[in-house]
Amino acid sequence: MKQILKGAGVFALVLAASGAAQADKASDTLNIAFTKELENVDSFYNSAREGVILQRSIWDGLIYRDPYSGEYTGNLATDWTWVDDVTLDLNLREGVTFHNGEPFDADDVVATVNWVADEKNGVKTQRNVNWMKSAEKLEQFKVRIHLKDPFPAAIEYLAGPVSIYPNEYYAKVGPTGMGLNPVGTGPYKVVSVEPGKHFVLEKYENYHKDSPKGQPKIGHLDIRTIPDFNTQAAELFSGGLDWIWQVPPDQAESLGAMGSFTVANESTMRIGYLTFDGAGRTGAGNPLTKKLVRQAISHAIDRKTIVAALLKGNSRVVNSFCFPSQFGCEQDVTTYDYDPQKAKELLAEAGYPDGLEIDFYAYRNREYAEAMLGYLEAVGIKTNFKLLQYSALRELTMKEGVPMSFQTWGSYSINDASASVSQYFKFGSLDTTQDQQIKDWLDVADSSVDPEKRKEYYSKALKRIADEAFWLPLFSYNANYVFTQDLDYAPTTDAIPRFFQMSWK
Amino acid sequence: MLVYTLKRLGLALLVTLAVSMLSFALLYLSGDPAAAIAGETASASDIEAVRHYYGFDRPWVVQYGEWMFNAIRGDFGESYYFKLPVSQLVSERLSVTMILGVCGISFALLTAVPLGVAAAVRPNSFIDRIALFISVMGQAMPSFWFGLVLIVIFSIKFRILPPSGSDGWQNFVMPTVVLGYYAMPAIMRLTRAGMLDVLGADYVRTARAKGAGEFRVMFKHALRNAIIPVVSLAAVQMGFMLGGSIVVESIFALHGAGYLAWESIGRNDLPTVQALILIFSLFYIVFTFLSDLLNAWLDPRMRVG
Repeated sequence: MKQILKGAGVFALVLAASGAAQADKASDTLNIAFTKELENVDSFYNSAREGVILQRSIWDGLIYRDPYSGEYTGNLATDWTWVDDVTLDLNLREGVTFHNGEPFDADDVVATVNWVADEKNGVKTQRNVNWMKSAEKLEQFKVRIHLKDPFPAAIEYLAGPVSIYPNEYYAKVGPTGMGLNPVGTGPYKVVSVEPGKHFVLEKYENYHKDSPKGQPKIGHLDIRTIPDFNTQAAELFSGGLDWIWQVPPDQAESLGAMGSFTVANESTMRIGYLTFDGAGRTGAGNPLTKKLVRQAISHAIDRKTIVAALLKGNSRVVNSFCFPSQFGCEQDVTTYDYDPQKAKELLAEAGYPDGLEIDFYAYRNREYAEAMLGYLEAVGIKTNFKLLQYSALRELTMKEGVPMSFQTWGSYSINDASASVSQYFKFGSLDTTQDQQIKDWLDVADSSVDPEKRKEYYSKALKRIADEAFWLPLFSYNANYVFTQDLDYAPTTDAIPRFFQMSWK
Repeated sequence: MLVYTLKRLGLALLVTLAVSMLSFALLYLSGDPAAAIAGETASASDIEAVRHYYGFDRPWVVQYGEWMFNAIRGDFGESYYFKLPVSQLVSERLSVTMILGVCGISFALLTAVPLGVAAAVRPNSFIDRIALFISVMGQAMPSFWFGLVLIVIFSIKFRILPPSGSDGWQNFVMPTVVLGYYAMPAIMRLTRAGMLDVLGADYVRTARAKGAGEFRVMFKHALRNAIIPVVSLAAVQMGFMLGGSIVVESIFALHGAGYLAWESIGRNDLPTVQALILIFSLFYIVFTFLSDLLNAWLDPRMRVG
């Protein structure tokens, strides 16, 4: 249905009738649209991109990663030291207060860490927090975090999804109360929440002055969920919205041509890739257990053309199974150029001179998948294409395995290869390769505290994945942002719009 | 009339029970709810933990019994997605849908019935052709297209109505027209056909012969008989509007119950879907029951049957 609703013809109609946009600069309010209904504003109890966006504005982490330079600086912590591989000491910032007036100190950090680390409390994305064992208060402004095992990406996680909550308030209201009346130390405080529908935020006047996030500049944020893109466009034209994103490429081009809005495009950390049943879970005689067949498929698909014609924008062809900005994402790996002739030769060499037939699964971007099956058809690989709901495909992959599928992964915007390659090549239920060598290398890379050693072992693992063509990384995704020309804003590659960095021109 | 009412009521209750069992059972066939709740990054052990936490590992009869017992008391459990009581969520969303449904069906009836009557009084006349044209348009135009056309005209060109939201009555004008217009053609054609039928009937001729005024003949004698199938149809349409206004709710960002149901299915939010299916079917059942009673009142012969 959504495909129909997003019909370009309808959009053209909206476009044809459009007048000049009236931004809400005068009332110092930025009107924003989300497409998806956010389940719960409590950042530990949602797994949506919208949740991450709100999290960065409402709460602070102990550490901050500058999205442009990639450097880590203190936020609620001023500095930190590793006592040993599994013990991290942090000195906390003094003089910070939560939106409800509660002063920030070590008790808040201890309560937050101990709550989220406890599996029983059911934090939605366990991986974000389950590396922590507990926290203890050393002084009023000094804490110690104990890790379960050595986890060098800890700093990246503390700079990302781990927000610090007010201990007294959270003990009283819990995740449901926090979702309805969120309280943090962040640059924006929440005025009202209508679950899933409408979120109103305002500038937090007492935001701590030394924050690496800088001070918020825009007074009010009014965020509404509008599921249909055409309606978002209509609101943009009629002045009801000032900022929308995830605009489809063709529509972004038309909006850009109008000249009334700023259209920006930036890559996101999400990558698309093909999985192959190398482990032979769908049958021992499965052709995808053969390296030559996997390599043939890799040569058969013209990723460059798919990027240029369908994804557009700042999307790039990706050769290594990780996002290039991630720590440890080795770029010097075997690449598979578009070469249908070579693909045919490889197939013949593998014992399939007359081609073969494969079940091909996907859950999103049907048009990309169809382009790929066109390329496969051209070299003699006939595919039975099946588009499933995400949860259904995931379940099938876990339980029975699928021969070949088109998948995507966003790494939760975490800039460390442990969030990408280690997710899928360590014998988990979605590891379709089950390669002991790769697992061993990744174990070293994930737990070593020596950055050089980590890089070395991620590199080994990624090179082997590419050499063996275990999976075929395809491309990175991109996002289009369309906003009023009164707004000063530059998107970042992690696809997290930071409202506190936006200002009026 | 009492026996008839009780019979209908008993039937309605049986249907309710059947629907509740079906909705409960069907959802377990739609995939593993534990995997859906655990999310994109969960490991197999995470999923097992979720399964145990939500009690999916218990026999389904026990789960159904517990659910039904709580549902009767208005407790549909907690939404897996929103982590809020389903009853709170549904009642919030349902109010938007109810307003939309009532306005939509009123709009449809208020335009369709007079048009249908007028068309029947003068068959093949200019007014009949106009009525036919309007009804064909209504049937042929997809709701999302019509909705966006209205948005383009009234929100962008003239800027008199807001394109989305549910803050004031202005927000409901365009959705009402879109939703009502979709239901209108069937009601109008049925009114016209019914009226044409009865206008040729003996009792109408008799009424005219005994000197009853044209207005009295039309509305007391003819329409009362012609309207019976329309009442049944309107009841079904009303049920459809309450559960099926997904497209309209999505276009105008109204966040009603229909859109909630649609999204909840995709999110595998079982408690919400179960509650909504039960409530939507209750609407159908109640409206059908009421239309049966109304028809029995309009036509005494039905009470016997």
